[in-house]
Amino acid sequence: MSSNDPVAAFLVEAGDLLDQVEQDLLDLGHNLQDSDLINAVFRGLHTLKGSGAMFGFEALAAFTHHCESAFDRVRKGKAAATAELVEAILAAKDHMAVLLDPAAPKGDAAGEAILDRLRAIMDDEGAGPAAAAPVVEAPAKPAGTGWHLRFYLPGEAMVNGLNPLGLIDELRELGEARVAVLRDRLPPLDQFDPTQCYFGWDVTLRGDIDRDAIDDVFMFVIDDMELALEPLAAEPEEAPAQIVVEAAPVVASPAQAASPSAPAVAKDRPTENVRVPAERLDELMDRVGELVIAQSRLSQIAQGSAHAALRSVSEDIERLSSELRDTMMVLRMVPVSTLFGRFRRLVHDLAHETGKTIELITEGESTELDKTVIERLADPMIHLIRNSCDHGLETADDRLAAGKLAAGILRLRAQQSGGEVIISIQDDGKGLDRDRIRAKAEGNGLIQPGQVLSDPELYQLIFQPGFSTAAQVTNLSGRGVGMDVVKRTIESLRGTIDIASKPGEGSTISLRIPLTLAIIEGLLVRVGEGHYVIPLAAVEECLELSLEEDLRSRGRSFITLRDRLVPFLRLREMFATGTKPDVFQKIVVISTGSGERVGLVVDQIVGSYQTVIKSMSTLHRDVSTFSGATILGDGSVALILDIAQLITIGQQQEERLRAAG
Amino acid sequence: MTDSLIPWDAEGNLDVLTFDLESETFALEAAQVQEILDLLPETGVPGAHPLVGSVVNFRGKIIPLADLRMAFGMQAAETTLESRIVVIEMAVEGEPIQMGIRADSVHEVAALNRGASEAAPAVGMRWRRDYVRGLVRRPEGVIVLPDLNAIFSSVLGGGVPSMPSITH
Repeated sequence: MSSNDPVAAFLVEAGDLLDQVEQDLLDLGHNLQDSDLINAVFRGLHTLKGSGAMFGFEALAAFTHHCESAFDRVRKGKAAATAELVEAILAAKDHMAVLLDPAAPKGDAAGEAILDRLRAIMDDEGAGPAAAAPVVEAPAKPAGTGWHLRFYLPGEAMVNGLNPLGLIDELRELGEARVAVLRDRLPPLDQFDPTQCYFGWDVTLRGDIDRDAIDDVFMFVIDDMELALEPLAAEPEEAPAQIVVEAAPVVASPAQAASPSAPAVAKDRPTENVRVPAERLDELMDRVGELVIAQSRLSQIAQGSAHAALRSVSEDIERLSSELRDTMMVLRMVPVSTLFGRFRRLVHDLAHETGKTIELITEGESTELDKTVIERLADPMIHLIRNSCDHGLETADDRLAAGKLAAGILRLRAQQSGGEVIISIQDDGKGLDRDRIRAKAEGNGLIQPGQVLSDPELYQLIFQPGFSTAAQVTNLSGRGVGMDVVKRTIESLRGTIDIASKPGEGSTISLRIPLTLAIIEGLLVRVGEGHYVIPLAAVEECLELSLEEDLRSRGRSFITLRDRLVPFLRLREMFATGTKPDVFQKIVVISTGSGERVGLVVDQIVGSYQTVIKSMSTLHRDVSTFSGATILGDGSVALILDIAQLITIGQQQEERLRAAG
Repeated sequence: MTDSLIPWDAEGNLDVLTFDLESETFALEAAQVQEILDLLPETGVPGAHPLVGSVVNFRGKIIPLADLRMAFGMQAAETTLESRIVVIEMAVEGEPIQMGIRADSVHEVAALNRGASEAAPAVGMRWRRDYVRGLVRRPEGVIVLPDLNAIFSSVLGGGVPSMPSITH
């Protein structure tokens, strides 16, 4: 897909627009009187209709027109916003998405059905309670006087197809208007861009005019423009500044002097955004990664050289490349709200389908995560949310019987904690059923009957393939396929899942996800002749393995650490390096996701190391001990250890060894 | 094996790069070959299939280094001044991947002719028959056209030795 293709660009923009309309509709569903939201929905639909027609999506434009008209009536107070209307427009929004998809089959029937529903709603509403118009929060209009406006349009207004004269004509229609041009923003000629709008306007409107009527004129630009609006004083004749052409920017008219204290509607100019395809960012990240590697080679050479100028250049490049990498990391970060936003509609639909009342609460939406991580989190989270809504939360009747509020609460929370983001999905439903999980696991042969398991261990069983305790299979939550996929996906992001649950009080599923997939803080170690990276997040401490402990531990691989026994694995043996151990071997104590501590015996600890992760080739995908690889300063390759897998494999080896005697 | 696995052109020719392993001459399709490199520092991957037992840094990319000796029952050997790495691109499960192939020495790009080629014989060959797409007679000797897809699918399709057990 070429980014220069205007239709492709329109599709992206339309998708965003529909998402925004959906969010506004969902908000409106909670607050039917909110005129800002009604206007926002109307604007969204209007823009979609207009640009849809421009890019040849006639069906979309025609369909959207009806929805827009419906909202126009609501906006003008001729009809009331109702829950039914919001539902109908939500359904219509889904249909618009279909109309936008060139591959989707086009059936008019679905659209007609939605429009019929819409007409029915609007006909019902048309006459009746429409009188209960939106609350007017504007200051009471001073009868018979008028308004004084100063406004500057956004610079690119004309590029975007806005005709300022049209706006002024609309203002004239409202009442007697005196219009003056403000030229104070006009740049010197050499900086003048003829496509930009530099003028502002100073308008004095006389007459009995509603404030909303003025806002309506600027409806489509109000977010980007600067507008200062004040009611005219009783004796308006004292304003001599309204000559048709204002002289120079330095001449401050009385009106201008007064304006700082005036109720300003002006907003900050929005920061400019650029859309970049994700692949380009990935390419850039690769280049930056290579630059960092080349730079560290350069600095090694520079350090070994007596050439002062070379050393100084090398230090500059070191600083620049590390700044560049930090900037690059920030570029890839997106707020979690982009993820959470998608779930509002999901929960809304789930509530309808299950007949439960569900309130969704989100927290920490500004927490940022790597874009790739966000994308890959979406599916597992959908699954977990479905599970919570379907199996966790009870029906309103059951909840009331249990002494809870009728509305079930689903809470999505994101928070940063060190190099990780913790995302939790919490419901206040009935909690996981321990007995049923145990019975099912025993039935499946996953555990022995009567085997003693802690709660966390028991809960982890639900992530086993084919495990489902749902007595009834519904079309919402999976059929026991899925939880294992959820776990695999989270693990592929180098994350972990914790479950906490209390019977009758609900469950919390916490996903701990590293901030980024691209870079890892690691401890570089040497085992035999190979270099390996241990993720620093897992490292607790480093010790020396003394000679006598080494000898003593032939039969049992344990060390005593602060009165606790810590088992250890000799990486040299696991990797069959065939080399002799160093005299001073070291133990890196790591903690696993489930809180266990395990030591890894290495020959040498080289130091901590921030590295760019490269994935291993398909041909090595069965080598689960390593999660990836990285390139060291000298150009050689170091493998990154996958701690969880390494320990599992270590356990298997030891079991085999014990079995062999 | 039928020679339909070999992409002869309309005139029955095929451009190949020939290289030696032990005393045999092998050929890779020239279209697959991206680059011929001097030896690079290798990093062993513990637990990997011996056919792809190490990785190398090829211009910032980490690519597997394959030793076809392992597929043809030869002994691992020390590298020499003549040793090279041939970087090829091939599709594995539909995804193009790059990998290095070890060569004791690299000869030339040559045109093979269909008329001189034969399917791998049923007897007289100690290699797995499905690893050979065909044999081509030339005055200097026989050239082996290996079937890389078959060879590497053995790496992917299980049958991988587990981690070496603990030695004492």
